[in-house]
Amino acid sequence: MDLTIGPNQFFWKSDDWVSFYKEMAQAPVERVVLGELVCSKRLPFYGAQIPDAIATLQEAGKQVALTSLALVTLKRERKMTAELAEMGVEIEVNDLTVLASLPKGACFSVGPLVNVYNEGTLEWLAQQGAARICLPPELTLQSVSVLARRAADLGVAVEVWGYGRIPLAVSGRCYHARLHGRGKDNCQFACEDDPDGLRVSTLEGQPFLAMNGVQTMSDSYACAAHQIEVLAEAGVSALRLSPHSQGFAQICQLFRQRLDGALDGTGLALGVQNAAKDVRLSDGFLEGARGADWSGASHEGNEI
Amino acid sequence: MVMEIVCPAGTPAALRAAVKAGAHTVYCGFADETNARNFPGLNFDRAEMQEGIAFAHQHGAKVLVAINTYPRAGNESLWHAAVRDAAEAGADAAILADPGLLEYAATNHPDLNRHLSVQAAAANADIINFYQTAFNIKRVVLPRVLSVPEIALINAETEVQTEVFVFGGLCVMAEGRCSLSSYVTGKSPNMHGVCSPPSHVQYHEEAGRLDARLGEYTIHSTQRGEPAPYPTLCKGCFQAGDKQGHLFEDPASLNAEQLIPQLAKAGVTALKIEGRQRSRSYVTQVVRNFRAAVDALEAGKPMPQGMLARLTEGQATTTGAYKKTWR
Repeated sequence: MDLTIGPNQFFWKSDDWVSFYKEMAQAPVERVVLGELVCSKRLPFYGAQIPDAIATLQEAGKQVALTSLALVTLKRERKMTAELAEMGVEIEVNDLTVLASLPKGACFSVGPLVNVYNEGTLEWLAQQGAARICLPPELTLQSVSVLARRAADLGVAVEVWGYGRIPLAVSGRCYHARLHGRGKDNCQFACEDDPDGLRVSTLEGQPFLAMNGVQTMSDSYACAAHQIEVLAEAGVSALRLSPHSQGFAQICQLFRQRLDGALDGTGLALGVQNAAKDVRLSDGFLEGARGADWSGASHEGNEI
Repeated sequence: MVMEIVCPAGTPAALRAAVKAGAHTVYCGFADETNARNFPGLNFDRAEMQEGIAFAHQHGAKVLVAINTYPRAGNESLWHAAVRDAAEAGADAAILADPGLLEYAATNHPDLNRHLSVQAAAANADIINFYQTAFNIKRVVLPRVLSVPEIALINAETEVQTEVFVFGGLCVMAEGRCSLSSYVTGKSPNMHGVCSPPSHVQYHEEAGRLDARLGEYTIHSTQRGEPAPYPTLCKGCFQAGDKQGHLFEDPASLNAEQLIPQLAKAGVTALKIEGRQRSRSYVTQVVRNFRAAVDALEAGKPMPQGMLARLTEGQATTTGAYKKTWR
C-alpha cells in the first residue's frame, strides 16, 4: 500500500509552509497533494511558493497533485479553479466545479470531499477521467470494500483517510471570524493562530470538534492503524495522511513501518500519540458505531 | 410569471392540504432511506405516492419526488427502485443529488425530469451548467451559502431554473457536505436521510438545569423554565478559546419572506419551504401566506408584512446567507 500526504487544511505561515514541503520531500511517501483546500483568501500568502514546492517534491521522486477548493462560490474562486488546469500537474478534484474546466479526456484524481458513496458515482467519475479516488472519511469498511473492488475492475486506484483531523463540514460562514466578532470579508485571518484548527468543547469541557475557518473538523485525529490488513485485503491502494504541525515527518515514518510489517496497530497508535501530544485518536467511521469511536482497546493483546 | 411555491408534504394529508392551500408544487419522498427526511411515521408508500400525484394533478399542482440521499455501496437498487417508481407514479420531476443516480435516471427514465437537489451543493454557474450538460437537469435547488447578488449572478449565467429555500429549518453547513451527525451518532443526512436524530437524544436534569445531549456530547444546557431548543448539532452552545456560545449558528430558523421581491429580481423561479416533518395546519398556513406574497408581487401590490410571525413565535429567525453579513 502507498502513502499519500493530503493537502494541508490549515493556514500556516508561508515560511512554515515552505519548510514543511522541503521536509516532506524526504518523507517515505509516494505522493503529495498540495494547494489550498479550505479558503481562497489564504492562497495569496503562499501561492507563489507552490511551483518551487512542486519542483522539489518531483525531484525527490514524489507524484504531485494540486487540490481544488472544497467549495467554489465567488467569481474569483471560479477563476482560480479554472486556472488549476493550466498548472501542468494532476488536479485533485474536491469540488466537482473543476470538471467544468478540465479539458475533455484529461486525467484527474478525486479527493475526499467529493461524495463518492456508491458504484454508480465511481463508474461515472471513471468515465469522466478519474484515475484515483480518495473516498469520503464517513464511509464504513463495508462500503470501502465494495467500492475498492469495483474500482479495481475499472483500473481506478482507491485511497482511504488514514490520519488526521477529519473534515466534517464546510460552510459559507467563517467560524474563526465569527468567534472574533468579525465577518468573513473582514476576518483579519483569525485562523492563522491555530495551525491544527481550534478545539471546540462542550460546555462541560469535553473536547468535541475543531474549527478551521469555514471548515468544521473532528477534535479527534482519525487513525487507521488497526484496519491496514482489512483495507489491503479489500484492494485499497493508498492511505492518506493529513498534515498537522506536530511530529508529522515521524508519523509518516511510523505509517511506513506499519505498512512494511515492522509495527502492529497498537505500536503505530502509541507512536502517533508520542509524536503528537494531546491527540485523541478515532477510527469509528471505519469500524465503530459512530465516527468519534476508537477501537484501540479491542485490539490490544490481539496482535502479533 | 408568478413565482412558484414549492411546499413540503410528509404525509398524504399534508399533500392534500398544501394543494388546497394554493401550493403550485409539492415535494415529498418514499418512506425509506432514499430521501433526506427519513423520519419515523413520515413519507409515502408506493400507493400513496400514486394517489397523491393523481390528486395534485387533478388540482393543477405538480409533485416532485425527493430521492436525494447518496445510495449506499452494494445497495443501489433501493435508490434505483425509487427513481423507477417515481417515474411510474407520474411525478413531475425527481430531486436527485448523487451523480451516479442522476446518470441512472437520465439513462433509464429519460422522460422523468431531473432537478438537482440542494444536497449536491452546486454553488456556482460553472458546475450547474456542467450538470445540465451531463444530465440535462431542468432545475437546481441552490445551497444555503449564497447571497442574493450571487444568486442573481448564477441566473445570469445559466438557463437552468433556480429554486431557493425561503422558510423553515436552516442548514449552516453546505448541504450534502456535512458529516457532523454521523461523527456523533453514526447516522447522517447523506447516508441515512437524518441529522441529529431523536433516537440519539437524551435529556438530563440536575440542579435546575436541563442538559440536552446528542450521542455523548452536551449540545445545550438551559435553566429550568427557559425554552430548550432541539439539540441540532450545529446550533448547539459550545466553547472555544476563551469564548462560549452558539459558535456555529444560533438556534434560528430561516425566514426570507421580505426578500421575495429581491429574489424575483435575481431571476429565481421557485421558492421552497422546508419542513416535511411539519403538521398539516403549519403547511396550510405557510403556503397561504407565501402564495399571497407571490400573488401580491405579481399584481404589483405591496408585500404583506410579518405574515409568518405566529409560526416562528418564540424562535429567532434569520435571513441566513442571503445577506452577506451572515458569513
